[in-house]
Amino acid sequence: MQAVKYVRAASVDEASRLLQEGGEGARVLAGGTDVIVQARERTREIDLFVDIKQIAETMSIAYDAADGLSIGAAAPCHEIYGNETVRELYPSLVDSTSLIGGTAIQGRASLGGNLCNSSPAADGIPTLIVLEATVEIAGPNGRRSVAVEDFCTAPGRNVLESGEFVVSLKFPTPAAGSGARFLRFIPRNEMDIAVTNAATQVRIENGSVSWARVSIGAVAPIPLLVADAAAALVGQPLSDETIAAAAAASRAAASPIDDMRGSIRQRRHLAGVLTERTIRQAAERAAA
Amino acid sequence: MVTAQSEVASQYNVIGTRPIRHDGVDKVTGAAQYGADLQLPGMLYGRVLRSPHAHARIVSIDTSKAAALEGVKSVITNADFPRASDDVIDTGEGSAQLNWLLDNVIASDKALYKGHAIAAVAAVDHHIAEDAIELIEVEYELLPPVLDVRDAMLDTAPKLHDGLKTGEMDGSKSDGDSNTASHLRFAKGDMEAGFADADVVIEREFVTSMAHQGYIEPHNGTAYWRADGTLDVWTSTQGSFVVRDSVAPLVQLSPSQVKVTPMEIGGGFGGKIPVYLEPLAAILSRNTGRPVQLTMNREEVLLATGPTSGTYMRVKMGAKRDGTLTAGEVYLAFEAGAYPGSPVGAGAMCALAPYDIPNQVIDGYDVVVNKPKTAAYRAPGAPQAEFATEAVINELAEQLQIDPLELRLQNAAVEGASRADGFTYGVIGNVECMQAAQDSSHWNSELAGPNQGRGVAQGFWFNIGFESSAYAQVNGDGTVPLVLGSTDIGGTRASIAMQLAETLGISAEEVRPHVVDTNSVGYTQVTGGSRTTFAGGWAAYECAMDIRRQMAERAAQIWEVDAAEVEYGDDAVIRGPADDEGNERSFGFKELAGQLAASGGHIVGRADVNKTSSGPAFATHIVDVEVDPDTGKVDVLRYTAVQDAGTAIHPAYVEGQMQGGAAQGIGMALNEEYYYDESGDLKNASLLDYRMPTALDLPMIEPIIVEVPNPGHPYGVRGVGEVPIIPPAPAIQAAIADAVGLRMNELPISPRAILEATLPEEG
Ligand SMILES: Cc1cc2nc3c(=O)[nH]c(=O)nc-3n(C[C@H](O)[C@H](O)[C@H](O)COP(=O)(O)OP(=O)(O)OC[C@H]3O[C@@H](n4cnc5c(N)ncnc54)[C@H](O)[C@@H]3O)c2cc1C
Repeated sequence: MQAVKYVRAASVDEASRLLQEGGEGARVLAGGTDVIVQARERTREIDLFVDIKQIAETMSIAYDAADGLSIGAAAPCHEIYGNETVRELYPSLVDSTSLIGGTAIQGRASLGGNLCNSSPAADGIPTLIVLEATVEIAGPNGRRSVAVEDFCTAPGRNVLESGEFVVSLKFPTPAAGSGARFLRFIPRNEMDIAVTNAATQVRIENGSVSWARVSIGAVAPIPLLVADAAAALVGQPLSDETIAAAAAASRAAASPIDDMRGSIRQRRHLAGVLTERTIRQAAERAAA
Repeated sequence: MVTAQSEVASQYNVIGTRPIRHDGVDKVTGAAQYGADLQLPGMLYGRVLRSPHAHARIVSIDTSKAAALEGVKSVITNADFPRASDDVIDTGEGSAQLNWLLDNVIASDKALYKGHAIAAVAAVDHHIAEDAIELIEVEYELLPPVLDVRDAMLDTAPKLHDGLKTGEMDGSKSDGDSNTASHLRFAKGDMEAGFADADVVIEREFVTSMAHQGYIEPHNGTAYWRADGTLDVWTSTQGSFVVRDSVAPLVQLSPSQVKVTPMEIGGGFGGKIPVYLEPLAAILSRNTGRPVQLTMNREEVLLATGPTSGTYMRVKMGAKRDGTLTAGEVYLAFEAGAYPGSPVGAGAMCALAPYDIPNQVIDGYDVVVNKPKTAAYRAPGAPQAEFATEAVINELAEQLQIDPLELRLQNAAVEGASRADGFTYGVIGNVECMQAAQDSSHWNSELAGPNQGRGVAQGFWFNIGFESSAYAQVNGDGTVPLVLGSTDIGGTRASIAMQLAETLGISAEEVRPHVVDTNSVGYTQVTGGSRTTFAGGWAAYECAMDIRRQMAERAAQIWEVDAAEVEYGDDAVIRGPADDEGNERSFGFKELAGQLAASGGHIVGRADVNKTSSGPAFATHIVDVEVDPDTGKVDVLRYTAVQDAGTAIHPAYVEGQMQGGAAQGIGMALNEEYYYDESGDLKNASLLDYRMPTALDLPMIEPIIVEVPNPGHPYGVRGVGEVPIIPPAPAIQAAIADAVGLRMNELPISPRAILEATLPEEG
């Protein structure tokens, strides 16, 4: 590891200014569970860490029925899955946040960090996508929001401009009859990067799927929102046929690579398997 | 778990009990000093530059920029070492040719695997050392990498070493250069007749991947080249004397000029026998006059230390309809890594060892490839070879419709049976393990659901004896410090101390075992080969007998009687003839200990034993798995490990060895592999992607200890550490076949492999 400067930003504006002045070598430090590892292994040139955890807005978790849920970008996983509202209304966030790392990592790792690290295999992002999260961004030119499915642009890259960072993630209140589920496949039962992951949210009204979102990860340069999979479900009662069609849409959308974590064939197949399983389990939650 | 005292243990007071290990408190409180905990005044920190290429000629190395960096004290390359001879030294569970050993420690003309050490620096701190190695400029001429053992054996393959010929057992050599360093053959009987006798013949091919021991403590080495020309080395090693005898010739000192202090060791499994960093630290220290410490990170451990061989194997076996095995033909090609010396010889001797098969031919090939030089790994060579043979036995059982344990019992090697390599068994527990497995609740239970299956397999490992020594003194309060040379990986301080205590008739707690440096104890071979409790215990027994004799003599002197009339009883009471008034004369151990100082001085016992014999070990494992056909994932549902321990000195540590070995074998079976790309880059050099099983991946591994005492040991000990890694892979392979009808003959049987074998072609 090289010598790195560390500054604890007291406000959104200060953080933004430090990031802009610091240029390429400046990085936001949230939980540090990605970025400190990268600095140690010298896979990223870093000379300044801007710690955002002193900024209240980046750490808070708040909910009201009209505005929905807001999760500070740096709020650690254990606070997210420990939050009563999240457990009740957004159980798919519990799915994601309780399997990122282990207990120790979850004490630090944040959803903002998971998103901004922008790994194609990130276990938070498919869930954010199916929950229709928006990314609240602050920067030198003020604030803006971006739909989460438009946030990542390539492995390790996203839409943030110089001096910008993510302040929070906002989620609409799930409509009645909704259910969502996230699953990942790893060869072991813990400590792995997803070979493939997937999330689904469905809304079931009068016995028929009225709305759906399906997202798959680790099968393309960025986590994918699979519109065709949702289209295969919407407007019909859930059946083996519609689920199989959705799974086929996910397989078709997947354009995976072959690497030490999985083969092309394996990942494409798993995109279908996990699509099917998340749909069935999301529907169970919708019914509950 | 077995908690009741066994029948064997009931003859003993200490043996067979479960005292708390003497080193336990230091280990659980963090006080124990591992290699990287050592801090010496003025110490420098080293770092190694490693080859990014799997096969390349080193054209030039320019270290000038690194040397000029502020805080850098020395930069070295292979040229800083004296030239090494081609003499071969003994390393306990193997041997090493010195010039190859040196070239593996730091490359000379060629980089032979990704991660091969090229240069090393010593600097005032880690960060500067890291910066410095980035300033070293190396010019490489890339050569095509040779990554697969079958490719490497082709005449047309690029050759790793100029002048390497294939050596045959009769001493002859091939004419041309070859990547096959040696060929060996063990044979008996008449193969043609054997196969002619068979009603069923099965022939299969097997492939296994390189796999790493996965010890949690990375390698380390600290050296101080003293002003008087002697060298001190501190390191986490399985054999301090092997380190001494390896480092000394590489730096042109005599072993007597080198003192090695073994630090606590965080796992080794065979991988901490070779030296890597110690010779570099020595030369860096010689150049700077200061102590130098080098440590590896996890990536370096996986890239550049010694995993076990990847293999290509072929097995053909024949059996009569009634189950009698008539012939076995085994072909083993083992990757040695960059330098010759795979464990193919041991694999060949183990391949058919559990069975009495009249006609056998076993061929083994030791082949160099552009991967790290392999090292010993728990029963080196046996898990691969016996995976192949056990898988064929299981398939024969299925074809013959004979219960797989019955088939094994029918053909089991027993006392008097001999292997193809000529060894004839004495008293062994092969059959007893199979019978205990048959009697187990696991074997007699039902599987619970679809996609579940059960498998069983047998394992054999030699175990070794060799040299161990022990010193012990008797304190005035009756406690006995015991000085050992065996570094303690698996509880051997306790298991050796218990044998001393048993012999003296005192408690385990009254013995205080200490592991000391190479100048403070007699020669002791590595902690490896499952030899430590066997040979160390024997040394402790002899040492205790020496103390008993001296205690009896001292009592005789105090009583003024003839020593021949005094007896040291197993109850630790020293009895003499009645005195003139007819009163019984006796001393308790403590009582006499208290009188030693005043009656002529303290007593020191000592022993050095060197045993060529050993007690072979057998094991039978049973496993239930469930396969998810959609994802290819295999869950291990239930696992039972049966093993003959001879005598279980400390049953809890025997169980721990059985469970640990099974866990590692399960890892090799399901997910562990060295995953290379075509350029020879190891793509999974981290514990994230090198997938050892975690606690959540394993069920409770139920141990069943069988005790068939080894008549060749004072307490009946056989080694226990290695054999339990052998049966897991073939047992799991069979369980998967039972569950979903798929025989996977390539390890690991990962979810990817299962899906690739079952998915229809892309469409
Ligand atoms: C042992 C271990 C296990 C892991 N297991 C998993 C796993 O199972 N699944 C998984 O998906 N990941 C896993 N990870 C990766 C990591 O923990 C997660 O990606 C985590 O969510 C990152 O959050 P963080 O707060 O630690 O991010 P940091 O490391 O602090 O930041 C990550 C990146 O995002 C940037 N960043 C952080 N916050 C912001 C922000 N608000 N605005 C702009 N940029 C920002 C940082 O500069 C950095 O580039 C694991 C990591 C470790 C070490």
